[in-house]
Amino acid sequence: MIAQSVNYAHSVDEAFLFILIVSVFFLVLITGLIITFIIKYNRKKNPKPTNIHGNLPLEILWTIIPTVLVLIMFWYGWTGYKEITSPPDDSMEIDVTAQMWVWKFTYKNGITSDSLYIPVNRPVKAHLTSLDVNHSFYIPEFRIKKDVIPGRKNFTWFIADKVGKYQILCAEYCGLNHSYMLNKVIVLTADEFSIWMQEKLNEKNNQDTVSADNINNQSVAK
Amino acid sequence: MSSETTHVSYLEYQGRYKGLRGWIFSTDHKRIGIMYLIAATVFFAAGVVFGFLMRLELLYPGKTIVSAQTYNTFFTLHGVIMIFLFVIPGLPAIFGNFFLPILIGAKDVAFPRLNLLSWWLYVIGGALVLLSILLPGGPADTGWTFYIPYSVRTGTNVIFTVFAAFILGFSSILTGINFVTTIHRLRAPGMGWFKMPLFTWSLYATAWIQVLATPIIGITLLLIVVERVFGVGLFDPALGGDPVLFQHLFWIYSHPAVYIMILPAMGVVSEIIPVFAHRTIFGYKFIAFSSLAIAVFGSLVWAHHMFAAGMSDFGQFVFSLLTFLVAIPSAIKVFNWTATLYKGSISLEPPMAFALAFIFLFSIGGLTGVMQGALSVDIHITDTSFIVAHFHYVMFGGTGFGVFAALHYWLPKMFGRMYNKKAAYSAFWFLFIGFNVLYFPMFIMGWLGMPRRYYDYLPEYTIYHQISTVGSWILITGLIIMFTNLYLSLKRGKKVTARNIWGGETLEWQIETPPTYENFEEIPLITEGPYEYKDNDQDILEEKEVV
Ligand SMILES: [Cu+2]
Repeated sequence: MIAQSVNYAHSVDEAFLFILIVSVFFLVLITGLIITFIIKYNRKKNPKPTNIHGNLPLEILWTIIPTVLVLIMFWYGWTGYKEITSPPDDSMEIDVTAQMWVWKFTYKNGITSDSLYIPVNRPVKAHLTSLDVNHSFYIPEFRIKKDVIPGRKNFTWFIADKVGKYQILCAEYCGLNHSYMLNKVIVLTADEFSIWMQEKLNEKNNQDTVSADNINNQSVAK
Repeated sequence: MSSETTHVSYLEYQGRYKGLRGWIFSTDHKRIGIMYLIAATVFFAAGVVFGFLMRLELLYPGKTIVSAQTYNTFFTLHGVIMIFLFVIPGLPAIFGNFFLPILIGAKDVAFPRLNLLSWWLYVIGGALVLLSILLPGGPADTGWTFYIPYSVRTGTNVIFTVFAAFILGFSSILTGINFVTTIHRLRAPGMGWFKMPLFTWSLYATAWIQVLATPIIGITLLLIVVERVFGVGLFDPALGGDPVLFQHLFWIYSHPAVYIMILPAMGVVSEIIPVFAHRTIFGYKFIAFSSLAIAVFGSLVWAHHMFAAGMSDFGQFVFSLLTFLVAIPSAIKVFNWTATLYKGSISLEPPMAFALAFIFLFSIGGLTGVMQGALSVDIHITDTSFIVAHFHYVMFGGTGFGVFAALHYWLPKMFGRMYNKKAAYSAFWFLFIGFNVLYFPMFIMGWLGMPRRYYDYLPEYTIYHQISTVGSWILITGLIIMFTNLYLSLKRGKKVTARNIWGGETLEWQIETPPTYENFEEIPLITEGPYEYKDNDQDILEEKEVV
């Protein structure tokens, strides 16, 4: 199991675990029966086979039991999915822009960043846009993946519940450097996040003045 | 028996043409089957080479043997070749052509010349794919899915490859029409629908998907050409099109195509198991109808490939639910096959070993498919190596092992030569172990977040990639042993003249080995089902009499 670092990771993993257990049960059952029959009804041991054309109650049984089980699995998956797609209204909104082969994160105040800095325990809603081809925004530790498709407004959301660094990957093939379209989510405490944001704002203001100075200098030089 | 003195096998039969032309212009369904076998083997070998090179590149992080661009063309070629040139045509075109008419007591398919045309289209399509590698621009680097907008932006020979797939689609449609008509019109007198062998049932279901679903991909691929050449905005958002529409149209064909690939293999397994358990099959009608159920439900689940693309909640709900339900007919088949072993008299000849391996590997493939039907789980594992492992368990562990089983089961009948059984078993173990070592680690790293189609990877995945690459070497060793053994058997294997080498009760075991040009001297009259094994009951009666 990989780290669960987001609010709904446990419900995804629970669904996965349930299906896994059922699957292993059936695989062991089938394989066990096949091996038992091979040994028990080997041609040497059992030279005289018995014809059995079928058994209706058995057919009904092994149709109904799997059907009930898959309906439970379906329900697990569906309710988990509802969670993944229902962000609260007070989410912090961030624009995610994908482009061959970089990510860019833009905050509501216009600040941009290559890595995704977010505060812990706060719902974040990411609006996904692509400037060129299809990409997919994937954070394995958050169990989220959403395609980023040009001309479409997709979004995803999450509440990171542990401070730390997590991998962002592009999961939809997008050409030459697809496997290098990586970055990080950096989950900070609320205080650390405001400090980071403040630094970014200062930096931006300085840059604005610097570039204004440059323009002035250039015009002086002329 | 007069036939022993006069019969001439289809291999020696002298038609209008001699030599090579006697093959490439032959309308004999058996010769066409063998030409498909030869062509498909060549394409399979090419697909294996690209797969081998991909795994070699992934042995270490960073560059190992080739550049990222070359790697991207490798996985595209591997996918296109394996899917369009091997797995889709594989069983129906090779063994379906050869045995379908025989199994229903016919002398040929309904449209022999159309059959030859579909072989030609297949070879032309295949040649175009291989040609796209050599032409300037380089082979396509889009993946076999050709997702737009990338596929309209890349400078590689996409149009070429798409056109090849278009032609291959026609080959598939023509085979489908031919098989549906053959099964409806040419069954021997007395062969009602429920007296047909189960391989025939599976080919029937497959043929309907081929006829109904393939035109959709044909049109879609044409629309890509229209978009690229005339600049009509259909799928490309830059022209006002919708890229998700392309994905829908692509998967409306390509998901049913997955069932085109697996159903015939299920049919092969349904033939082999009763023969080597020497008893009647358990639940004949359930196996037959589950093929049809798979064909019907399988056509309604395509959008489960797009759960991360963004659909309405209603769409997600319905497609997830139907995906779970399509698992049921497959489960029914697996249970019935297992029950057929009960109280049988099992001999583990090579075809049986491959058929039982099929059940095991297909079960893993199917159950991991069920995991991806669950929406919340799929969001995490879609587009990772988990899905690569899943479909290789179905397509290779399933269909691939189905082809291997069919080869070991029917090749002696087709050529009248027996392979070396010891070599067949050692090939089997290399293949079975190599396969699992190659693909199982992909489940684990996929769950841990390793995306698919990655040229490079983060260091924490190295161990899984390395185990997987070693697995590819074991697997390929098995392939080399198997194909060498089968090839040598044709040259100098022990001659087989007995009609029924395995003790089967379907019609192919009642005619000459190898079959004559017209299969049957007299069209047989069918009075009972395909797997009756009445001798089992007779033994019991005799015993009672003795007592
Ligand atoms: Cu990307």
